[in-house]
Amino acid sequence: MKPDDSRIATIEVLYFARLREAFGRERERIELPGTVKDVGDLTAWLRSRGDTWAHELAPGKPVRVAVNQDMASADTVVVNGDEVAFFPPVTGG
Amino acid sequence: MTVRVQTGDFDVGREMTAMRHGNPKIGAMACFVGVVRDLNEGANVAAMTLEHYPGMTEKALEKIVDEAKARWDIYDALVVHRVGTLKPTDQIVLVVVASAHRGEAFQACEFLMDYLKTRAPFWKKETTPKGGRWVDARTADDAAADRWS
Repeated sequence: MKPDDSRIATIEVLYFARLREAFGRERERIELPGTVKDVGDLTAWLRSRGDTWAHELAPGKPVRVAVNQDMASADTVVVNGDEVAFFPPVTGG
Repeated sequence: MTVRVQTGDFDVGREMTAMRHGNPKIGAMACFVGVVRDLNEGANVAAMTLEHYPGMTEKALEKIVDEAKARWDIYDALVVHRVGTLKPTDQIVLVVVASAHRGEAFQACEFLMDYLKTRAPFWKKETTPKGGRWVDARTADDAAADRWS
């Protein structure tokens, strides 16, 4: 069977610290087009919202991403039902 | 092995007493307490607010404690990290490690703090006379964590 690129994945996206303030929200449910397959695609898709999104998620910005509460990288796959979090480098302790 | 994230304060003596209670094999305990300072990067800090990622933070801390246990022969470890708004002189974080001899306890305690600072999802925002300011991650903390790899 051919992959169905029209499939819609629903994911929960969380934002923390500076990103939560910049985007004015701590979480949102997003329906993604099938073309968004991984963290890199998702970041680019959010960046395409423009303004603050393009600025805060610009390439080279120190943004970390976790998928289902494990640290992820650009090629980490995102599927229906996932919890994806965006946040700055951590500063605890 | 325990990790806790809480808004309330902790009692260092009580935590250490509880850890060694009933375990006569323990011959050494190392303890680290992080405290809020009133000055950071040239600005007076009136207060500090700590945010975390409920669920992931606890999992990340447990993973770090498991790694310390795999690397050193330790009997027990405790990490307590506070969140919410804290003031200068308030305690932020506690790490306690128990082992047979001091070497393991000292090293595991330092490792736990170095990894916590670079891997556990916590973020600090300082209140200064010029307003709120998110604390930037420090490359010195990355270098400290890299020593253990």
